[in-house]
Amino acid sequence: MHIIVCIKQVPNTTDVRIDPVKNTLIREGVESVINPFDTYAIEEAVLLKERFGGKVTVVTMGPPQAESALKEAISLGCDEAILVSDRKFAGSDTWATSYTLACSIKKIGTFDLILCGKQASDGDTAQVGPGISTHLDIPQVTYVKKVEDISGNKAKVERMTEEGYDVIETPLPCLMTVVKEINTPRLPSLKGMMKAKSAKITKWTADDIKCDPKSIGLDGSPTRVVKIFTPPPRKGGEVLKGDAGEIASRVAGLLKDIVI
Amino acid sequence: MDYLLTEQQIMIRDLARQIACDKMKPLAAKYDESEEFAWEIMKVLSGSDIFGIYIPEAYGGLGGGVMELCLATEELSRACGAMALGFAGTALGTYPILLYGNEEQKKKYLPDIAKGKKLAAFCITEAEAGSDAGSIRTTARKDGDHYLLNGTKQWITNGGEAEVYTVIAITDKAKGARGASAFIVEKGTKGLDFGKKEKKLGIRASATREVIFTDCRIPKENILGKEGMGFIVAMKTFDNSRPGVAAQALGIAQGAYDLAIDYARKRIQFGQPISSFQAIQHMLADMATQIEAARALVYSTARMVDSGAKSVAKESAMAKLYASDVAMKVTVDAVQIFGGYGYMRDYPVEKFMRDAKITQIYEGTNQIQRNVIASHLIKESMKG
Repeated sequence: MHIIVCIKQVPNTTDVRIDPVKNTLIREGVESVINPFDTYAIEEAVLLKERFGGKVTVVTMGPPQAESALKEAISLGCDEAILVSDRKFAGSDTWATSYTLACSIKKIGTFDLILCGKQASDGDTAQVGPGISTHLDIPQVTYVKKVEDISGNKAKVERMTEEGYDVIETPLPCLMTVVKEINTPRLPSLKGMMKAKSAKITKWTADDIKCDPKSIGLDGSPTRVVKIFTPPPRKGGEVLKGDAGEIASRVAGLLKDIVI
Repeated sequence: MDYLLTEQQIMIRDLARQIACDKMKPLAAKYDESEEFAWEIMKVLSGSDIFGIYIPEAYGGLGGGVMELCLATEELSRACGAMALGFAGTALGTYPILLYGNEEQKKKYLPDIAKGKKLAAFCITEAEAGSDAGSIRTTARKDGDHYLLNGTKQWITNGGEAEVYTVIAITDKAKGARGASAFIVEKGTKGLDFGKKEKKLGIRASATREVIFTDCRIPKENILGKEGMGFIVAMKTFDNSRPGVAAQALGIAQGAYDLAIDYARKRIQFGQPISSFQAIQHMLADMATQIEAARALVYSTARMVDSGAKSVAKESAMAKLYASDVAMKVTVDAVQIFGGYGYMRDYPVEKFMRDAKITQIYEGTNQIQRNVIASHLIKESMKG
């Protein structure tokens, strides 16, 4: 079985600070990590490889320094890694990103399964995974919390919902996005880390993946970010005192005032 | 302080630190209380290849030595000296095979130990043979193609949990110290039994049991080296493993110090953090200095062992003696800095004090270490 995992390198959210004047992320000195949700996708891919055999290819689109995220993925058990990197990809929104990744996956060739984290911890859109499956025209199952079985070109999975979970059977190849309930990612192994150190990372540019130049980067991105701002801090609440009846009528009045 | 570690050593140290922080620290109090053996942590260590760091690559390890063993043991012990002992005790049980095993024995046992599939244990101590290792009574009698083992080993670290036991037993009583031999005994061998798990002051998550041999029949191929080499095997094993005990003590001291300085900065008395008081500052300064001195001695000794130096007994004894005495002093002081809270089991620091004590006792009491050091000093002095 050939599993492809799509990952993203993101700033470590535990130490992200916002520039109070410009309202932008202060990226200097902030450690880059694999998007935490993607670590579950990597672990699941490695677990499935251990269960059913095969290999795991990890792919990311990003700047040259995203190579360190790919090396970490190799230390965790992935077999091959591809960095799709080109200045032409700069400014990609989720549409252009998923198109670029889909083109890269087409170049990789045959596969049985694509795994993604449910969303990235920086953008939080949860759109790139589903976008890839759309560009590749394959089925998608989002929010997978358990892969029950894979046999005869079919996968049976549990998809998390707000009330519980659905059991879904899907033909392969397909794309799944996974939630953190699916597994506990392992720590890297020393042998994996050494393998990662000497691992050769395949690097592809826009030309290599034969993508339509109009569909990538800023030009290929229909989304326009108009404004980024920090939500104003919540003001302190008001404590109502008095007997229950009095408070209830005041609460009703206040709710009416703010038109709920 | 920069100890000029290699890239691989830094990798090992950092990964061990990550395991200690992420996996061991949250469970240390639970396992201390329940006194269970932390198999879930052994699985993490095994998955991360930690068990193989001091085993040659030819047998599935990473090809490091005592220095790597010390770095990992130190980091793991910062979180829990007891869980770390599952690893370090395995190293102690493995060294006899590494040092004196023949090719078949190494091929048979080392790969599983390197992978963490099997733990090991070293069996020398008996009820009447502690510091006086010459008083061992466990016997191994040759019987055709086999040896028959009889006797009881006491306080065996990893006893009952380990799969591979390296055992010192008497093959010829008349020869005294030259009448002991070393053997490999596998768990599951008929006649090998385990006593109940001992209840201890500290390192409570470590399994300590009697290992009992009753007409335990093992193939004669399981002897390590030759008949009569038992004490040489034991002494050379200790030369290699004592820096490991020293590293465990060092980690325990560092772990207690980390808690103490953190607490001192947060604890407010008389309107200010107690770290602003000179009385506390001087304690912290002494603790940190002693830990650093111990670390320098432990690392230097480990490197000396790895360099293939002929005699390391004196230096190994010095490292074990000094680091464990530092561990005891630093952990007592850490509890003192915590004051009443330090005495409470709800706080993590008293465990470090309980765990530290054993490092002054096992693998040769610190009194025995001083004997070893002194005898070398006098011999060296006589040579001029």
